[in-house]
Amino acid sequence: MSLYERFRDLVRTETPVALATVIDGPNVGAKLMVVREGTTETVEGSLGNPDLDRVAARDVAGELEAGRTGVRHYGPEGQATPEDLVDTPTVSVFIETFAPPPQMWIFGAVDFTAALGRVAKVLGYRVTVCDAREIFATKRRFPMADEVIVSWPAPMFERRGHTLGPRDAVCILTHDPKFDVPAIQGALATSVGYIGVMGSRKTHNKRLERLAEVGVSSARDLERIMSPIGLDLGGRTPEETAVAICAEIIARRTGHGATSLKNTSGSIHS
Amino acid sequence: MREILDDIDRWRANGKKVAVARVVKIEGSGPRDPGAAMAVNEDGEVAGSVSGGCVEGAVVSEALAILAEHSPGRMVSFGYSDDEAFAVGLTCGGTIRLFIEPLAW
Repeated sequence: MSLYERFRDLVRTETPVALATVIDGPNVGAKLMVVREGTTETVEGSLGNPDLDRVAARDVAGELEAGRTGVRHYGPEGQATPEDLVDTPTVSVFIETFAPPPQMWIFGAVDFTAALGRVAKVLGYRVTVCDAREIFATKRRFPMADEVIVSWPAPMFERRGHTLGPRDAVCILTHDPKFDVPAIQGALATSVGYIGVMGSRKTHNKRLERLAEVGVSSARDLERIMSPIGLDLGGRTPEETAVAICAEIIARRTGHGATSLKNTSGSIHS
Repeated sequence: MREILDDIDRWRANGKKVAVARVVKIEGSGPRDPGAAMAVNEDGEVAGSVSGGCVEGAVVSEALAILAEHSPGRMVSFGYSDDEAFAVGLTCGGTIRLFIEPLAW
C-alpha cells in the first residue's frame, strides 16, 4: 500500500491525520504523516532528512492536536530558530490537518430537528439526534442523521460528553423541562462550543428558574446558554429556523456580529 | 481533499495520471482556505476547486504541464500583483499560493 492509499483510507475513516509536504527546497513533494489512532501516534514517510523528520514530526503532531493547517520553514537538517536559518537554504513544509468532522447533538425528535439536521449536514457536521421517546427517535424520521439514539440526556453525556469540544454544538429543541434541564446541565459540564436551547422568551424565563433550582445560575454558565436559540432573522418555518440556528453557531465561533456586510467595514475573511 | 478522493480513485483505477493542486497560503482576501484541493487527470478532467472559479482554468494548464514534464511539483501563485493578474487574477484582490504535484506518492 502506498503512502497515498494509507492516507486516503485514514481520511475516509475519519481518523485524525496530518500530512506534511515539502513545497519548496530540497526534496520537493516529499511527505511525512502523523496519525493518531486511539491514544497512539505514529509517524510515517520522510521529508528526506532524519533530523528534519524528527523536528517536523513534532510540529506536525502539534498542528494535528490544534487542528491547524499552514506552512512552516526549516533548515535542511530541521533547524527552526531564526538564527539557525540565516544563510541556509530553507525547506518550506505545508502541513495539512484532517480532523474528524465537528459534531452536532440535537435533543428532541421534533420537526425542527429534521430541518436542523439537514442544514447541519450541509455545513459538514456529524449529526446525532437524541430523544428518550422510542416512537419518535427513529432513523426513518431522521434519515439525514448519522445516528439516532434513544436515551435520556444524562446517560448520553456521561457516556460521550468527553468527546465534545469547542468546534461542536449541542442544540436542545425539546421544550420539555424534564428533558431540557438535564440536557443543559450535561452540556455545561463539557467544553462544547455552542449550547442553544429552543423556546419562547416565556419558556426561557421559566427555564431559568428551573435551572436556578438545580444550581445552574453562575454568570459564566448562563452566558454559554444561547436561548431563545438562533439569530433574529425573522423566519418562521423549521428550515428558516434551522438557518437562524446554524448562522448563530457560525457567528459565535467567529465572534462576528452577524450584521449585513453592507453595513460593516474592514476585511471580510479575517 | 476528502471530497475529491472518489474521483481520484476512479481515475487511478483507469490508469490515468493525476495531479493535485492544494491552496497552501492566502494573502489578503481569498475565497478558499489553505487545504482547498483540486485534482486534474491527464485528460484534463477536474474534481474539486481551489478558488471561486477565478483561477481553475490556469490551474488545469499548470497541472497538465507538471504531469507532462514529470516535475516533482511546484509552487504557483495567482494574485493582483502578478504579471499574469490581468489574465487569471482573483477578482477579490487577494493572492493565492498553490502547490501542484503529481499524485505519485
